[in-house]
Amino acid sequence: MRQPGASAPIPPFQDFLAANRTPVYRFLVAAVGPGDADDCFQETFVSALKAYPRVTEAERLDRWVLTIASRKALDHHRARNRQPIPTQDALDLADAPVHQPADGDAPLWAAVAALPPRQRLAVVHRHAFDRSYAEIAGLMGCTEQTARANVSLGVRALREMMA
Amino acid sequence: MTKSRSSEDLTRVLRGLAPPRAAARAAASAASTRFAETVMATNLADVAFWTAASPIGDLLVAVTPKGLVRVGFADEPRDEVLGELAREVSPRILESAAATDEVRRELDEYFTGGRIRFDVKVDRRLIHGIAREVLTATRRVPFGRTTTYGELAARIGKPKAARAVGNALGSNPIPIVIPCHRVLRTGGALGGYAGGLARKERLLTLEGVSLRRS
Repeated sequence: MRQPGASAPIPPFQDFLAANRTPVYRFLVAAVGPGDADDCFQETFVSALKAYPRVTEAERLDRWVLTIASRKALDHHRARNRQPIPTQDALDLADAPVHQPADGDAPLWAAVAALPPRQRLAVVHRHAFDRSYAEIAGLMGCTEQTARANVSLGVRALREMMA
Repeated sequence: MTKSRSSEDLTRVLRGLAPPRAAARAAASAASTRFAETVMATNLADVAFWTAASPIGDLLVAVTPKGLVRVGFADEPRDEVLGELAREVSPRILESAAATDEVRRELDEYFTGGRIRFDVKVDRRLIHGIAREVLTATRRVPFGRTTTYGELAARIGKPKAARAVGNALGSNPIPIVIPCHRVLRTGGALGGYAGGLARKERLLTLEGVSLRRS
């Protein structure tokens, strides 16, 4: 018998995966671009699987996995930035399986790709997925104030780039 | 996009960074299949399961690296079976055709008549207490033969424990492969079966056992 007030049992990983794969995939497409979303998806769920038996809050699994995905997206951008080749998100779109934005969107993707990683992530959480600043702070491991600053700096930079 | 935009315009386009749900759902499903394959190849999952069709209805088969741990009949709710595995074995449970391949092949061969014993390894971690002895003895009852609750009780050295033997058989987490269907009541009546008596009868008929009608 579970103690009253104890958290719900952890669901089988398969059910967790089925419930969260689409939101995670959509987030990653926006966060790292369609060409790299799949790699980050694999890394996100491998990390989640490794840590899974130690999860304590079964009710918060959706947020937990998005936190991992946010971290993977940041790691991905950091690894890219260490390479001499510039980011290619706009070009990746050409053979992306999921997301075929109209040609007119290419400058937007290029501009988003040019943002500093934390700003890009904050902007994506806020404006592509309508998340509150409190949620963004939780997902990115920062204060609400920092989340707000990253969003507004990102949006300002985008507006300048696309002006 | 050559002209400057108002901020509503910009936020509206930013919404477009999120791919449409329907397309993302298909891509995410393909990505999670690839994920399951990687995981199985690297032994990161603790339990793999699959649903196999059989003449006695769908069977949920679950394996661990140690062997077959659970066979569930169609009328046992999937969520209950997986929930039990999550609690008692590990929540790292993934659907995988490949990891359950050997078990499903042996079951197929059993049902189509070519196989009279299972070679697949069995993971006994869901079998507790007296059920360990009872089910070990049950595995020695050969294809096409039957025994009784009383005989089985005597065989494990507890001749008065026929009822406990019945309960232990009823808790068998790996039916068919551990052939608790071969245990009948003294006198030939079917007795009980966790999967229902119709299935027990079907399995015995498949093995060529002639049943005494009661």
